Amino acid sequence: MPVPSGFDKIESLVPKSIEFMICDVCKNHQATVFLTQIVDGKMQKVNLCEACSKEKGVTDPTGFALADLLLGLGAAQEMERGGSVQKCPACGFSQADFKKTGRLGCAQCYDTFAEGLAPLLKGMHKGTAHMGKVPNRVQRTLERELRLKNLHRDLRKAVTDEDYESAAKIRDRIKEFEEST
Amino acid sequence: MAIHNILTNTGEWLRGEGPHHQIVISSRVRLARNLRNFAFPGWAKKAVRLQILETTKPEVEALPDMADAFSVYSQDLTALEKQVLVERHLISREHAAKGIGSAVVMNRKQTLSIMINEEDHLRMQAIRSGLQLKSIFKMIDKVDTALEGKLDYAFHPQLGYLTACPTNVGTGMRASAMVHLPALVVSEQINQIIQAVNKIGFAVRGLYGEGTEALGNLFQVSNQTTLGEKEEEIITRLQKVIETIITHEQNARIALLQKQSNKLLDHIGRGYGILRHAHCMTSKEALNLLSFIKLGIDLHFFPEECRIPVDELFMETQPAHLQKGSQQKLAAEERDALRAEIIRTKLTAYPPPNAEAHRLGGPPADSGPAGDGN
Repeated sequence: MPVPSGFDKIESLVPKSIEFMICDVCKNHQATVFLTQIVDGKMQKVNLCEACSKEKGVTDPTGFALADLLLGLGAAQEMERGGSVQKCPACGFSQADFKKTGRLGCAQCYDTFAEGLAPLLKGMHKGTAHMGKVPNRVQRTLERELRLKNLHRDLRKAVTDEDYESAAKIRDRIKEFEEST
Repeated sequence: MAIHNILTNTGEWLRGEGPHHQIVISSRVRLARNLRNFAFPGWAKKAVRLQILETTKPEVEALPDMADAFSVYSQDLTALEKQVLVERHLISREHAAKGIGSAVVMNRKQTLSIMINEEDHLRMQAIRSGLQLKSIFKMIDKVDTALEGKLDYAFHPQLGYLTACPTNVGTGMRASAMVHLPALVVSEQINQIIQAVNKIGFAVRGLYGEGTEALGNLFQVSNQTTLGEKEEEIITRLQKVIETIITHEQNARIALLQKQSNKLLDHIGRGYGILRHAHCMTSKEALNLLSFIKLGIDLHFFPEECRIPVDELFMETQPAHLQKGSQQKLAAEERDALRAEIIRTKLTAYPPPNAEAHRLGGPPADSGPAGDGN
């Protein structure tokens, strides 16, 4: 796993604005440490409270990577606070397993740990949404869902406009479409 | 097809015939794919891994591109056979460590190989000589499209193809080129190049990927990110990066010829002398010296007929390739002696470097046709 390098800035100061910022790790205390890392020309920010910054060792700017910190965000912190141990319902994989291996347990883990993964993915990739190839089967499903969604939207509009003749036609088309697929 | 055929015949990509083949040894594209309803291999129990294997292997073998393929369970390969496949980049080092529950299927030409239950359920790769990323992507994309009709892939509407490691999610694609950059190394420009390449989101690694040394002045350049960009865009950007690196290497070669010809001749001459006369040689030393002979051929210090034997030596002097001919496993000292002997034998009729010849041979241009079009 590539570890982003090169801190451009590490600052520990009280926020200049009055805006109250919450620690990204414990989500409980006021953040007083603000980290900015530039990876591939993109800026990444993490706000931490005094306690979490010490715990994560971010006062030492050398040998510390934002990605390492982000790996621990979310479920692992919840577990430490004595909350429920989050496990993937499909495969039983936990956030702790992820911290240990850097790999996920199954496809559904991406939804189970979505909150913790989002900043991680954002940090390591060019974007947050897939732009590339889509399997034909998925493409057809997506197109079908989109078409149904549009029909339902048209139906609602027709009803709002009290155009009941059109509404009846659209309703029939929806019925036909649902039966055909 | 038997393992014997694979081991005795080197793959098509080792013949060095692709575009820009003097500097670009090979191009490779791999796709990571997983099945929707099974845990990833690293987390799945053995019984589940076997189930995945029995689901995917027949479909992989049934691919039209895999007619007359070599297909084998991991436990049926010896450690040495696996190592030979690693040295040819047909399986990964990680896959070589697998036993029951994994397999590999590859075509006869050794341009296409599909690993089952490596880090992901499927790791499929296409490899060819020279710079031909676009055509290789097309080749592997076709295989992937054929398989998606048979297997239920794990695909997320927002995140794309789901992979065991989040660094591969999205396209699941890693495209790479292996480049030979002796002049950039000798002229100490290589670090600047690596830094510049890193800055635009590409990784530079050694001969066998992550965490390996850049032996023989060989480097692998690959895309770092897989999410947020189309496959074709990644390929096009990598192609441009490689073309830029080729230009820098060519310029560095010209500069060496013009300004530091003595240093250049010294490297090539020492390489020649040692390779011709040594009786004990590690694979590391062999790769580093062969690199300068290869450079010497590119610069016409040696006749063009010398190219194939030297390209072959790059592979034949690797530890597993060296031992596959002998009946038993060799100790390090025996290997080094055997390696030196193989090299001496192959270079017996090799003429000494001719410093005048490169002027007759014209500029040290890269001989391949430009690009591989669309």
